[in-house]
Amino acid sequence: MKAIHYINQFFGQVGGEDAADCKPIFHDKPIGCSMMLNGLMPDVEVTNTMVVGDNYITNHTEEALKEIMAWLDTKQFDIFFAGPAFMAGRYGVGCGIVCRAVAERYQVPVITSMNEENPGVEEYKQSCYIFKGGRKATFMKDDMGQMAKFAEKLATKAVLQPAPEEGYFPRGIRYELPQKDGIMAADRVMDMLLKKIGGEPYQTELVIPQTDLIPPAPAVKDLSKCTIALVSSSGVVPSDNPDRIQSASAQKWGKYNIAGKNCLPSGEFKTIHAGFDPEAMCAVPDRGIPVDAMRAYEKEGKFAKLFDYYYVTVGTGTTQNFAKKFGREIADELKQAKVDAVVLTST
Amino acid sequence: MAKEIERSGIPVVVMCNLIDVAKTVGSNRMVPTVSVPYPLGDPTLTKEEEWALRYHRVGVALDALATDISEPKVFPVKI
Repeated sequence: MKAIHYINQFFGQVGGEDAADCKPIFHDKPIGCSMMLNGLMPDVEVTNTMVVGDNYITNHTEEALKEIMAWLDTKQFDIFFAGPAFMAGRYGVGCGIVCRAVAERYQVPVITSMNEENPGVEEYKQSCYIFKGGRKATFMKDDMGQMAKFAEKLATKAVLQPAPEEGYFPRGIRYELPQKDGIMAADRVMDMLLKKIGGEPYQTELVIPQTDLIPPAPAVKDLSKCTIALVSSSGVVPSDNPDRIQSASAQKWGKYNIAGKNCLPSGEFKTIHAGFDPEAMCAVPDRGIPVDAMRAYEKEGKFAKLFDYYYVTVGTGTTQNFAKKFGREIADELKQAKVDAVVLTST
Repeated sequence: MAKEIERSGIPVVVMCNLIDVAKTVGSNRMVPTVSVPYPLGDPTLTKEEEWALRYHRVGVALDALATDISEPKVFPVKI
């Protein structure tokens, strides 16, 4: 396999802070620490190093990416590396910017490394493999070793383990793996329960992410003047599912026009949710998204207007990360449309 | 999704069956629903009874949007 390596002006031997504005330099061979990376991988060859100043990539991102992609378009590569960035914030963010762009454009595995406190982690961990790195450049060999080891696994098509075992920050991707020792889930859960009751330590198989609590938004002052929107994770969509929303592990949401509709007629709408028996909701879609009740209240004047669109996705198997993304995108639209409040139905 | 919408300042009332899940993830205004396959309905009821149920619970949800709260609250339903 062939690989290309992105590093900053310091590791690229251009200079320190004084060279942080340096524009991309595309080498026709590996230089500096790229040679160390190359030496750690029998099955992957690092063919080129590209060097970009940390200020340039973060302050002139569009131009930088344009130049970088134009050069990468002329190259053949199977894996892309960046860093390791350790605690260097601009470098970590720079690696993240480039890694995300490369992953999206070329659909190849993208591997980088940085310390868990590097600001690049939170923003970019979903876009690429960010390995947990040390705080300083003294960890170069260790951090590079981790990146190289994983690349070797990819190159030799070895079986990949979940993120914590491989050593990178979880990307929010759920994947089913058969249990190595063949012990059934029912037995594993009993073992876990007995440990819990007995006060012994145990490890959950499904780590629930930490929640961040947000204060309640203020109540609306005058409901009779409000525009209210319906949002739902029930999967109720027009009968041909025009946006092809997935029935589980949804990666998108849809928005459908209900202007003038007094209800969601069966046959015109249905649910595509794979997490429950859809029969009842397909028979009466308002059971999932209560357009009829909302319309009744609107007519009575309890609130001023039912927003012309409802927003929907499927809630089963959908990751918190995607749900957050949908929430943000929908919130943006609602704010633009001056919607005052939301009734969100969940299944 | 509800939290992201609420984070932007728009009040949200979450109508859901697994109230504990909603509480755990940090929902603020919550109204219980009938069940997962039919949150706002019940095929075992007559059409009139089902309509009364849906109308009532949606009404509770709308009232919740107009109610100031300082911490997460489950708004009770009568039918």
